[in-house]
Amino acid sequence: MKKNSLDKEVLLSRFSRLNLRMDGEELTEQETALYDRQIRVWGANAQRRLTKSHILVSGIKGTVAEFCKNIVLAGVGSVTLMDDSLVNEEALNANFLIPPDENAYKGKTVAEICCDSLKDFNPMVLVSVEKGDLSARSTEFFEKFDVVVIGYGSLATKKAVNEKCRKLSKRVAFYTVDCRDSCGEIFVDLQDYKYTKKKLEEKVECELNFPSFQEAVSVPWKPIPRRTAKLYFAMRVIEVFEENEGRKHGECSLLDLPTVLEIKKKLCEANSVSESLIPDSLLERLITGTIEFPPACAIVGGILAQEVIKAVSGKGEPLKNFFYYDAQDGKGVMEDISNSFTS
Amino acid sequence: MDQQQQQSAIQGAKVLMVGAGGIGCELLKTLALSGFHDIHIIDMDTIEVSNLNRQFLFRRSHVGQSKAKVARDAVLRFRPHINIRSYHANVKNPEFDVDFFKQFDVVLNGLDNLDARRHVNRLCLAADVPLVESGTTGFLGQVTVHVKGKTECYECQTKPTPKTYPVCTITSTPTKFVHCIVWAKELLFAKLFGDKNQDNDLNVRANKAASSSEQTEDIFERAEDEDIEQYGRKIYDHVFGYNIEAALSNEETWKNRRRPRPIYSKDVLPESLTQKNGSTQNCSATSDDDSATVSAMPLLGLKNPQELWGLTQNSLVFIEALKLFFAKRKKEIGHLTFDKDDQLAVEFVTAAANIRAESFGIPLHSLFEAKGIAGNIVHAVATTNAIVAGLIVIEAIKVLKKDADKYRMTYCLEHPSRKMLLMPVEPFEPNPSCYVCSKTPLVLEINTQKSKLRDLVDKIVKAKLGMNLPLIMHGASLLYEVGDDLDDIMVANYNANLEKSLSELPSPVINGSILTVEDLQQELSCKINVKHSVILVSRNLSVDRSLNFIYSSNQKCAESFRIGPLLSIHVRRFRHPLVIMFCHREEFDEEKEPEGMVLSGWTQSPATNGESASTSNNESAVDVTESSSGPEIASKKRKLSETQPENHKRETENVESEDDDDLVEIENPMTVSKKKRVA
Repeated sequence: MKKNSLDKEVLLSRFSRLNLRMDGEELTEQETALYDRQIRVWGANAQRRLTKSHILVSGIKGTVAEFCKNIVLAGVGSVTLMDDSLVNEEALNANFLIPPDENAYKGKTVAEICCDSLKDFNPMVLVSVEKGDLSARSTEFFEKFDVVVIGYGSLATKKAVNEKCRKLSKRVAFYTVDCRDSCGEIFVDLQDYKYTKKKLEEKVECELNFPSFQEAVSVPWKPIPRRTAKLYFAMRVIEVFEENEGRKHGECSLLDLPTVLEIKKKLCEANSVSESLIPDSLLERLITGTIEFPPACAIVGGILAQEVIKAVSGKGEPLKNFFYYDAQDGKGVMEDISNSFTS
Repeated sequence: MDQQQQQSAIQGAKVLMVGAGGIGCELLKTLALSGFHDIHIIDMDTIEVSNLNRQFLFRRSHVGQSKAKVARDAVLRFRPHINIRSYHANVKNPEFDVDFFKQFDVVLNGLDNLDARRHVNRLCLAADVPLVESGTTGFLGQVTVHVKGKTECYECQTKPTPKTYPVCTITSTPTKFVHCIVWAKELLFAKLFGDKNQDNDLNVRANKAASSSEQTEDIFERAEDEDIEQYGRKIYDHVFGYNIEAALSNEETWKNRRRPRPIYSKDVLPESLTQKNGSTQNCSATSDDDSATVSAMPLLGLKNPQELWGLTQNSLVFIEALKLFFAKRKKEIGHLTFDKDDQLAVEFVTAAANIRAESFGIPLHSLFEAKGIAGNIVHAVATTNAIVAGLIVIEAIKVLKKDADKYRMTYCLEHPSRKMLLMPVEPFEPNPSCYVCSKTPLVLEINTQKSKLRDLVDKIVKAKLGMNLPLIMHGASLLYEVGDDLDDIMVANYNANLEKSLSELPSPVINGSILTVEDLQQELSCKINVKHSVILVSRNLSVDRSLNFIYSSNQKCAESFRIGPLLSIHVRRFRHPLVIMFCHREEFDEEKEPEGMVLSGWTQSPATNGESASTSNNESAVDVTESSSGPEIASKKRKLSETQPENHKRETENVESEDDDDLVEIENPMTVSKKKRVA
């Protein structure tokens, strides 16, 4: 795992202050005491790997704030935050990392404010801010990281970043997350992934092949099993709508419903499926529920963090490749969607 | 509009949270973000370092402070205008009575022990306030909703109680590492460093082959000027050498068991340790060392708590730790109880358990693992707590909106089951034989001539029935009660009663007697019907224990079964409210019925993992540690939505019917029939 040489100096001074060994393989006494309860869950080896991992997070709203809190508490090596949007009333809603003090947050970006709060949760984790546009970054930029998480991203950004991650020789785990109203979607791409899992007291070596983001969202709808979560299809409609209209996450309202339904119609026709596949009521929920529902943020943010922890530690069966939560029916389901349906 | 209805329900709500720990922190945060603004929170604990990996409202600087208070302050920082009232107190305190609970619209539990959960359950029932329960362990979690009259109460399905072990397994025939830990902790550590006046089974076994009890006592008592290391080696040889040899002399015990081997210090350790490790002598010179930091490991060059020590290293730790207790913490000896955060105690117990394990051919464990077992440490991560907190708030909102059709029990799984990681299940209707929320008979089989009132109070009324401040009446006669307003004569009278056998009480409790047992705080009342008849259930008869009783609910009417030449069971079914039938029993199987209590008619929990609190998840685990109440998915009871009016009628009319009755399940080869409900 490569480290940016500039960072290394910062890390060195910080680590020596905290009595850590840069080259040390063992956890320090401080780490063992702090992480005791979770080491009992996933073991010391997994904890060691976590301590060396670097996570990039872009797009911070309620769900991603929850995710960041979880991985900082878990003790990852570093978290790099990207979100240049300015703090406003709306940002305060489901994001408990932003203190409601206008004097404190005025003029600052969401990433900057969240960075300060997150550092507080665990001084052993390096939390920093990266400014600029994620989609404009070069492939080399992503090589610094072990995990990339895109929150509330546009279709174009998600595709572009995923492609860059896949180009690298080093495997970078790629996730997207999106929460609207009281629903949530997580996408996972671990490329070719080997991991260990426990089977009847024994440890078994397993391997999974994940489709790219591009492939996963372009799967023809017809062969997909009927019982698949409706949210998968609904989110694809929303993605197209936002791309066509040049909208960001949450920049929509009931007035957009006719446009959205038109897109749904076209997509269903193109895929030769009935329009009843996607309930209109669901689409309506997704475009009117612009504010995230805090309990759903906690749930989806929690699931996402568990997945990242699993991927970094190489331990435990990962979600493949979508996760959906809907507070209305209370289910949290995994959906495996790839071109294998057609073959 | 549904949204508006939801918002007004939230804004008008007064919520009580019990617990400000792992789940509590996440819950308080999510409640605040969701728009709740009148929250009360109770927690008796203070903050520890090991909390900080998940209880994110706390910082290192808060260690030692009240969880409820600090949680409140932290949340007010990002929601300054909401009302949060914190109580640094035990929820079982009398100030939290039914009237206190009545002021809330919903109660949300984030507790870590069964006892408190049962207590809150009863108060919520008495106050008629809905309760949302929850629990997590590692990656597993669940949230359940309890609304009086509509759904099961928390106790409708029996929850597994903490695992206990037969005394003989601990003292003579351990087969698992946890048995060695219990021995090291409850017997050896207690004998050496704990209250000298406490009964200790270590004595009993040691005495067996000893010529005089006086001789044995001397071994554990250290003479004023006795060399500490000598003393340590003497103890070592006695418990790991002599006692084992004494046990081996009883051939019968080892017929079908692996024989332990005696271990003597001379065979494992060099003749004198002080030469090798002069630092101990130096240590005793400095008396201003903080007792909390005294530790044997660094003195022996052992750094990694996850490392497995061999017999020699364990023996060195044993002696060294013992030496340090006497050299540096002499004042505490005689008053110590095991504390998982006491490093030296953990080292000693680990070493002792490992040496014993070595003797019995049981695999050794690292300090890290041993600490988890000895300290009953629950493994925990932030993510599961966060997910569960989100689920709790969602259920709470449904409760406030009185959206009964939407109530769900939700299970958070580690691996998807039918694609689901979060699995919602409809709640079940109340259990008609639940002695807590419906008025149901309990059957108690007891030796009324041998069992004392104290046994009934401690083992049944407090431990099993979960009553806190009990009152026991026999007809018009008050046999026992607790309270601040009692005068000395009454207290003396009750104390005297405790020591009498049931049949010798001023108002004798014999076959056919009916007792009323109440807890006024919990507003729970039970009647106990006493029946004295001979009963023997197990083929493997062993030593009579001083208290013998079984109890069950709803036994089949007038059937008796022959089990062996002298054995028969009388099982009777009652439809009377709150009747406990007492059946006299002489003997109990020590292995299967360790407490001398057989609880018939209660749901048996699946295979327990109680001993390995430190291991992580099994694939099929139903986690049984106290804090979780793992997923109980395969229940066959009727769900709320399936309830038909006809079924209700059938229950009350047809007393003889097979299918909806709870049948006795007695743990022995001749089981009558399995209970219909499966946990």
